[in-house]
Amino acid sequence: MRIAIVAGGRTPERDVSLRSGHRMTLSLEDLGHEGWLLDPAEAPLVEALAERRPDLCWLALHGKEGEDGTVQRLLDLLEIPYTGTAAFDCEVAFDKVLAKDALRRAGVPTPPWVVIEGWALRDLGGGAALGKAVERIGLPCVVKPSRSGSALGMSFVEREADLPQAVMAALSFSGAALIEAKVEGREVAAALAGADLEPLPLVEIVPKQGIYDYAARYTAGATEYFCPARTSEGASAAVTEAASTAASALRLRDLTRVDLIVDRSDQPWVLEVNVSPGMTETSLVPMAALASGRTLSDLCDIVLRSATART
Amino acid sequence: MAEFSIDRFVDRYAERTSGMSASEVRALFAVASRPEVVSLAGGMPYVEALPAQDVLEVATEVVRDLGPTALQYGGGEGQMALRERAAMLMAEEGVDADPDDVVITTGAQQALDLLGKIFIDPGDTIAVEAPAYVGALTAFDAYEPRFLTIELDDEGMIVEQLERAIVRGERPTFVYTVPNFGNPAGVTMSGRRREQLVALCRETGIPIIEDNPYGLLRFDGEPLPCLRSLDPRNVIYLGTVSKTFSPGVRVGWALADPSVIQRLVLAKEAADLCGSNFTMLITERWFSDDARWRTALTGLVDTYRSRRDAMLDALDEHFPSTATWTRPSGGFYVWVTLPDWSDTTSMLAAAVERRVAYVPGTAFYPDARGADRMRLAYCYPTEDRIREGVARLATLLEDDARLYRSMHGS
Repeated sequence: MRIAIVAGGRTPERDVSLRSGHRMTLSLEDLGHEGWLLDPAEAPLVEALAERRPDLCWLALHGKEGEDGTVQRLLDLLEIPYTGTAAFDCEVAFDKVLAKDALRRAGVPTPPWVVIEGWALRDLGGGAALGKAVERIGLPCVVKPSRSGSALGMSFVEREADLPQAVMAALSFSGAALIEAKVEGREVAAALAGADLEPLPLVEIVPKQGIYDYAARYTAGATEYFCPARTSEGASAAVTEAASTAASALRLRDLTRVDLIVDRSDQPWVLEVNVSPGMTETSLVPMAALASGRTLSDLCDIVLRSATART
Repeated sequence: MAEFSIDRFVDRYAERTSGMSASEVRALFAVASRPEVVSLAGGMPYVEALPAQDVLEVATEVVRDLGPTALQYGGGEGQMALRERAAMLMAEEGVDADPDDVVITTGAQQALDLLGKIFIDPGDTIAVEAPAYVGALTAFDAYEPRFLTIELDDEGMIVEQLERAIVRGERPTFVYTVPNFGNPAGVTMSGRRREQLVALCRETGIPIIEDNPYGLLRFDGEPLPCLRSLDPRNVIYLGTVSKTFSPGVRVGWALADPSVIQRLVLAKEAADLCGSNFTMLITERWFSDDARWRTALTGLVDTYRSRRDAMLDALDEHFPSTATWTRPSGGFYVWVTLPDWSDTTSMLAAAVERRVAYVPGTAFYPDARGADRMRLAYCYPTEDRIREGVARLATLLEDDARLYRSMHGS
């Protein structure tokens, strides 16, 4: 097949995306496909696609525009098949406000949360309602932008006085901020791949500084990973079950990563889902594939088969 | 069960690398360097203003006349002819220099690293301005000092603060300062403060490192004497051609007592054997034609002056009355102080989203202060882009102020 690997873009996760894209290009070539990298920040995507006319786009963009359905809608219009989740479902999955609501409706456990919109703060006097948020969610809590990846703009809040600063930081990345209860426990990532979203071994994440923030994700050695996770058999099964239910509730396709916390009573809580998980040599999903006895090329083949089965 | 580590050498690294980590700010700068973003962040000299034909001629002459020398190793101290040019450039600013007391370094940045290597033992105290040049902080930090920060005002480093610290018993290994149009504050140390600093350090036996990359980029007013010319024995002086010619040639230097120079040369040879003969020869040739380098420099100064004016005008027009900023008479930077609740680090994402970038203030303090400050560089973007960038930032500040008022009741 002739495959355009779309990576890069204009988000803060640009560099990670390019690394994912390069890795995917090599793996797809190993499988005998013709692959080349397209960076929408370097050349207008539509023109580049018209010129090279790929059979399929492999989407390795991270963050807004790549994961929020924008690129997917454009490819739908151009009638070019692509890997991963459909446009509308991307839009829901990428927006934590919409995704958490969908998860709750599907009965997937996700930590309690409230949402505060930047607009409501600026124009509706919403600041006065922040106290109510603390009352409902409690402390400590996690404040996150609704639409952003890689923990960018996320902060942990221990004291109510620090909440406004955390909300402003989150709103720097997105129009709305989530204030979410902080669940203590083991952080695990569940990767699901293929047409039937087969679960791969769970990866346990142990950040050395205790917080899995941007620096912990992308500084070599700042985080330890265990695969399979050191969770009990029962907890692992519950995590896989929660991740699979989350993925089907959000109608995710081909390849996804669900991030969870397993609390002290072995209850899993879904934090978020990723429609375009990192695919560098050192990312979580390739780690899980490796632990299942597969190479990165094997994983690519599984994803490709799933995507092409639709066309 | 397998344990995966992104880096299998993770337990082997030296403790001094513990602060070297990925950061959100770095990730955002990957986007900020995109052409659609007005970058008021980077301090890149506007090398496009250099006459390309002249540069080509100089490079061609070097290859034609001195090819084998240009392609060979050289001495650790750098070529004598270039050290003479360095002495000539220092004389422009009133510094009397013997070329034998000069070591050429890979940019003045390498001189900072080498000075850290020869002076700082772990735990030593060194005195720096607050805010200070981030490249100096990171260069020194690798040698694990304790930073004693001395505040700046409109007259530069508040020497009385340093004096009080010394009375308290502090004995810094050296004092580091950028007295002319400093990075990031754009402030110039007054004549009075220069005299005070030099006298205090002479009396207490504390060496001064005077870093002067911007001295020849003066837009208005009269030059002030360099610290080195006020006290040649106690001041180590750093110069560079990065701002007067090209940062790409990586030519800087240190001027110091022979005993310091000897150690610097040994440290330099241990680090990289010698600088690039090729770019040293190009630089020497460039400055051998008096009319050529002076004309080019005048062109650069005129360009930067217009850009400084454009930035100050735009700030006056667009920025809220709650913000204050410095008015530099040379160099590359304006330093903005916002209301104390501001957090320019977290605001950067929203700025980049609006296609404008700056450097958050915390980069310039060793102690995590500076969240309410930002550095704006006017050296690289055109005047129109500067005005556009400042206007975009101003709307962001207004939005942030409304958010803050909403959450704090007024």
